[in-house]
Amino acid sequence: MNRLLDVNNLTLQFDTDEGRITAVDDVSFTLEAGKVMGLVGESGSGKSVTAKALMKLNPDNAVYGDDTKIALHLEDGPVDVMSLQTSTDLKIIRGGAISMIFQEPMASFAPAITIGDQMVEQLQIHTDMTTKKAREVSIEMLDRVGISDASTRFKQFAFELSGGMRQRAMIAMALSTKPKLLIADEPTTALDVTIQAQVIDLMKDLVAEFGMGIIFITHDLGVIAQTADSVAVMYLGRLVEQGPVREVIRKPAHPYTKGLIAALPQLDDLDVPLTPIPGDIPSPLERPPGCVFNTRCSVAIEGLCSREVPRFTQIAKNHQAACHLYTEEAVK
Amino acid sequence: MSEQTLISVRDLSVHFGLRGGGFGEKPVVRAVEGVDLEIAAGSFFGLVGESGSGKTTLGRALLRAVPITRGDVTYDDGEVTYDLTAIEKTELKDYRKRAQLIFQDPYAALSPRMTVRDIIAEPLEVMGLTKTREETDERVREIAEKCRLNLEHLRRFPHAFSGGQRQRISIARALVSRPRFIVADESVAALDVSIQADVLNLLKSIQQEMGLTFLFISHDLSVVAHICDHVAVMYLGRLVETAPTRELFTSPRHPYTKALLSAIPSLDPDDRGKAQKLEGEIPSPTNPPPGCKFQTRCPVAIDICRKQEPKLDHTGNHHNVACHRWKELLEAPAG
Repeated sequence: MNRLLDVNNLTLQFDTDEGRITAVDDVSFTLEAGKVMGLVGESGSGKSVTAKALMKLNPDNAVYGDDTKIALHLEDGPVDVMSLQTSTDLKIIRGGAISMIFQEPMASFAPAITIGDQMVEQLQIHTDMTTKKAREVSIEMLDRVGISDASTRFKQFAFELSGGMRQRAMIAMALSTKPKLLIADEPTTALDVTIQAQVIDLMKDLVAEFGMGIIFITHDLGVIAQTADSVAVMYLGRLVEQGPVREVIRKPAHPYTKGLIAALPQLDDLDVPLTPIPGDIPSPLERPPGCVFNTRCSVAIEGLCSREVPRFTQIAKNHQAACHLYTEEAVK
Repeated sequence: MSEQTLISVRDLSVHFGLRGGGFGEKPVVRAVEGVDLEIAAGSFFGLVGESGSGKTTLGRALLRAVPITRGDVTYDDGEVTYDLTAIEKTELKDYRKRAQLIFQDPYAALSPRMTVRDIIAEPLEVMGLTKTREETDERVREIAEKCRLNLEHLRRFPHAFSGGQRQRISIARALVSRPRFIVADESVAALDVSIQADVLNLLKSIQQEMGLTFLFISHDLSVVAHICDHVAVMYLGRLVETAPTRELFTSPRHPYTKALLSAIPSLDPDDRGKAQKLEGEIPSPTNPPPGCKFQTRCPVAIDICRKQEPKLDHTGNHHNVACHRWKELLEAPAG
């Protein structure tokens, strides 16, 4: 296995008028080349902020923790993302080794520049292709992602394309520079379910063909089950569980993951009542002490979970959960 | 539950004229075309479809919030009967008390400058349903309690609330006039999964407690499967299939319904690649294809499908389907 990405102790805070708020708290994970990692969480869980940190795309009021280490392993050796400062340095990762696709493709394309010109521009920033070559490569990519009549589409603007078509064009653009890591932030959430199925299929084909690693951010566990090799579940800035997709979805260990699965309406049994997780997600300004989930957890241990932050405990091979139910403190 | 029909729809069409288009005929969006539908009093009726299917427009037409181009819509709650296509102004005012809408986005639907109490009380004041402030307060408190909002909540402004709480405020506002019929348009789509289940359970319990009739519009089939007792599937302005929920989900007849069900990402990682894939996208409602509207994407379309539009056919068991080949496909499912 080729290690592609190491994230260690990622902590990220934002300075705001209301004080410093913690968006990501001590998150560590790894990704192999050619694998898809699903990053799941609800609003405010910090999943998008985590992904953007990999490209240092967060705004200026972001403060990274001192032990934060992000290493991207490229052919010429590892790149220490945290040490990249100037925009020239950052070009190596932004749009180069790492590409990102977003939820709303209409907002990601410039409205007054043709799809083709945008694709050519980014190819010329990251490679030394001639305009003619860049045009050929772009049209080829559009064709590859299943856009019919690619040379016509190349000359069109984003508003002339349908939603599904735009998301395909976005994927074509993100992949044309042959990134090693693709970050997909809710790429199918705005799409209809039949189009979502097409895009998921396309992404799977592309992983097989290009061999890049993907971080797939979504709130939809069903999409994760159909695409990811491994899953990391986030809640209020902390990773609460991670492991292989089958393990986590079939044998969830953390009460939050269990709650998420129970709250999901499933089609194979219509008689199961929907079980919501009680309460609301606390505001990031009022992060609970101890385990971040303790205020909504039905099995919280009195006097322990509201005080001590649980460490990761091994549940099965490669499967870990951060919950006191599995730590030595509780077993005692 | 009574088997009385609350809303009955005959051959309903809603068209919108577009501006521009140069010389000659102006383009027309046929958002809803020839829809027949009956909603039983006390039912939780689901309306599903993808974007552009016309589900929102159909919902609005039943509230008389868009002009009806052709057809009949009758509302009959036992007390009054209204023909919505020919309803008079004073009657329409009364209908607004009886039929209400719950919106999708709980952030956009609530005025940021009003307290929660005022937001919920506004419909009562506008409709003149209460005479004194005490009476208004009483009604507000009563409905707020049903929606699990306490007195402290009523004094605050919407910005202080989470998405789930805001949606409960929207629900209270819609219900305060004691309506009989509620159109809930994607009312849980903007909520997180852990919160969504809570709001769905609330809607269901209120519906049963107050004896309401719901039209629940959603793109999410798994949500509809859990909350509705009857479902209609729309595609490009037409109803393609209607049936009791269990019947629809266990034995779908229309190829579109089958594809929709199959496209829902399963929670079982071993189901990968099993989904039946639809090619292409929903055509534009300004330029719908001839014949069956689904023929351009249908895996089993034949000649007749390209020429003649299928009618909604009764297959038994309160199950209706608009497909030329449903019977044939029943005998040889492979098609």
